[in-house]
Amino acid sequence: MLVTGVARRLGGRFVRRIQRDPQVDRVIAVDAVPPEHHLGGADFIQADIRQPGIARILAETAADTVVHLDVTAMAIGSGSRTTVKETNVIGTMQLLGACQKSPTVQRLVVKSSTNVYGSAPRDPAVFTETTPPKSLPSGGFAKDTVEVEGYVRGFARRRPDVAVCVLRFANILGPTADTPLTSYFDLPVLPTVFGYDPRLQFVHEDDVIEVLRIASHEPARGTLNSGTFNIAGDGVLLLSQCSRRLGRPTVPLLLPAVTWAGSLVRTLGMTDFSPEQIRLLTHGRVVATDQMRETLGFKPKYTTAETFADFARSRGPGLLPPEALAGAVDRIAALPALSGGQPPTQSAN
Amino acid sequence: MADAKVIPFDDDRSRAGAVQRPVRRRSAGSRRGKSAEPTLVREVQPLPSRAPAQDDVPVTREEQPPERQQDDGDLERRIASGLSFLRRRLTGDYEVDDFGYDEELTDQVLMPALRPVYEKYFRVEVKGIENIPAEGGALIVANHSGTIPLDGVMMQIAVHDNHPANRHLRLLAADLVFMLPVVNELARKAGHTLACAEDAERLLGRGELVGVMPEGFKGIGKPFSERYKLQRFGRGGFVSTALRKGTPIIPCSIVGAEEIYPMIGNSKTLARVLGFPYFPITPTFPWLGPLGAIPLPTKWTIQFGEPIPTNGYPPEAAEDPMLMFNLTDQVREQIQHTLYKLLVQRRSVFF
Repeated sequence: MLVTGVARRLGGRFVRRIQRDPQVDRVIAVDAVPPEHHLGGADFIQADIRQPGIARILAETAADTVVHLDVTAMAIGSGSRTTVKETNVIGTMQLLGACQKSPTVQRLVVKSSTNVYGSAPRDPAVFTETTPPKSLPSGGFAKDTVEVEGYVRGFARRRPDVAVCVLRFANILGPTADTPLTSYFDLPVLPTVFGYDPRLQFVHEDDVIEVLRIASHEPARGTLNSGTFNIAGDGVLLLSQCSRRLGRPTVPLLLPAVTWAGSLVRTLGMTDFSPEQIRLLTHGRVVATDQMRETLGFKPKYTTAETFADFARSRGPGLLPPEALAGAVDRIAALPALSGGQPPTQSAN
Repeated sequence: MADAKVIPFDDDRSRAGAVQRPVRRRSAGSRRGKSAEPTLVREVQPLPSRAPAQDDVPVTREEQPPERQQDDGDLERRIASGLSFLRRRLTGDYEVDDFGYDEELTDQVLMPALRPVYEKYFRVEVKGIENIPAEGGALIVANHSGTIPLDGVMMQIAVHDNHPANRHLRLLAADLVFMLPVVNELARKAGHTLACAEDAERLLGRGELVGVMPEGFKGIGKPFSERYKLQRFGRGGFVSTALRKGTPIIPCSIVGAEEIYPMIGNSKTLARVLGFPYFPITPTFPWLGPLGAIPLPTKWTIQFGEPIPTNGYPPEAAEDPMLMFNLTDQVREQIQHTLYKLLVQRRSVFF
């Protein structure tokens, strides 16, 4: 099994986990930079997937399963957006080219994102795998994923013997996840778009590892693990709910101001707060996960709300911790004039 | 067409002189325990035990059992429930569904905020609520009018307050609604979603009650001279959606909404500049500024008609354009017919 993008925490975790599976003999971990975390005995090969050298590695190792996780929104360390884009798009092209030449490859798993659907007010409220996006993402990571999926579809056409699984992950959250959305939630005060309360869906990183495992093995009886699947936790959280549960106050800004501030921040290079990100935080996005349940046979352990709770626990308390607010309300309820001698806990619950 | 001043046939309504008649929601039980205006003549109470609930003080929006032995305990309970509501809201501890529908907010804030408009201002009278099934999906198809889609919101309250099961109506709204800031947020939280086949099917599949106004902007933005003339019913997409899901179609006629903003003109230039499908000019708007945007206090009647079943058709029927057109016409005819009937019965626009 060959895994790309192992220098990231998610890739590292997946490599460590997958080696414990009895079906896996050997894991070859590939990335352009050596990972800071250990890989649990996997063979690490330092190679840039943007270079044709990946074909040689694939041929030499005779891997039968390729798990392509190097489709990411953020650079490791100080890499620029151009590098990330090249790794996403050119890297995928090189890797797919290598797979096409390789006679041993039987299975390809690609990490994609629900970003491919875009976010627009004209979109249906819930996207299924077949919903065509009303407005194609114009740039940034979302456009990368659209292009990556396009190449993967082309590969699937040319190599019908290879089982191809594209997993469209909703926003991945968890104690160690590192995405543009987590850095957004780390801000002390969350800027939001005035007059919009987007619906968000999250998937826990533990569930990500689990579903990647399911996709990279032979399908279990009665399930099918080739195709395109939306992966998201059950339920929906509104951004306002997220900020309240996180205890971080919001600053509603007018949409033009947000767009302008976003481009300013981008120019200053502080964070990759892309227009896609702003669109997501304006209109929100919800995907249907029926295919994931019925066809892929995967049931996420964490719902969207549980994922977010786990994420919120891993972060420090915000400026307005929900416990403090709840306590304040309880104190009001405990005022003798209001409660009339009732125990305050009753009103609190 | 029938004009507003037609002398009505006498019907089953009790005529209480020139006073406003009580709205019929009394029969559905006052869930909020909120009293209507002191009415002179009251309809016969089907459940006399409900009567004491009428003089309840509308302090809190929590659901309340009708019995009120001690006022103190009651007040306390209301304060407690209000505080626990506040606590849940402040800590984000509430649920929304996939469409962003916030049932708690709708029940306890949005609906109570609009209920005075519904009860006191438009004095909505609801007929035929028994045509809405107690459970399972159904598609309510209504006429659309009034320049501003108040009719949809009033229909939502009408269904919720009058239906014995207090069903929530999920309205399908135009994409413009979801482009406007604040409006889109409120619409999503009130359970509205975009009028597209995917969303409608998903909601019907979950057994929800879905409301649609197929006339769209053609209906709501038509000039006053064309009031109560149904426009083209879109492309009949609602019929194929109902056919695919096998849910009944309930025609609904709304009388009174046409006159709230008599649109005597349409400034196409302003509409284009602002990106709206029309820009209404009424006798008062925009001349009186915000004051001109106050709707006229017309008397409304919402009648739900006999359901049209769609489950008797083969699965491929949804692809049959002839059947679709026929069913669309049937629904349209039924709504138009009921509209004329209601107009003839109506004594005046305002009473």
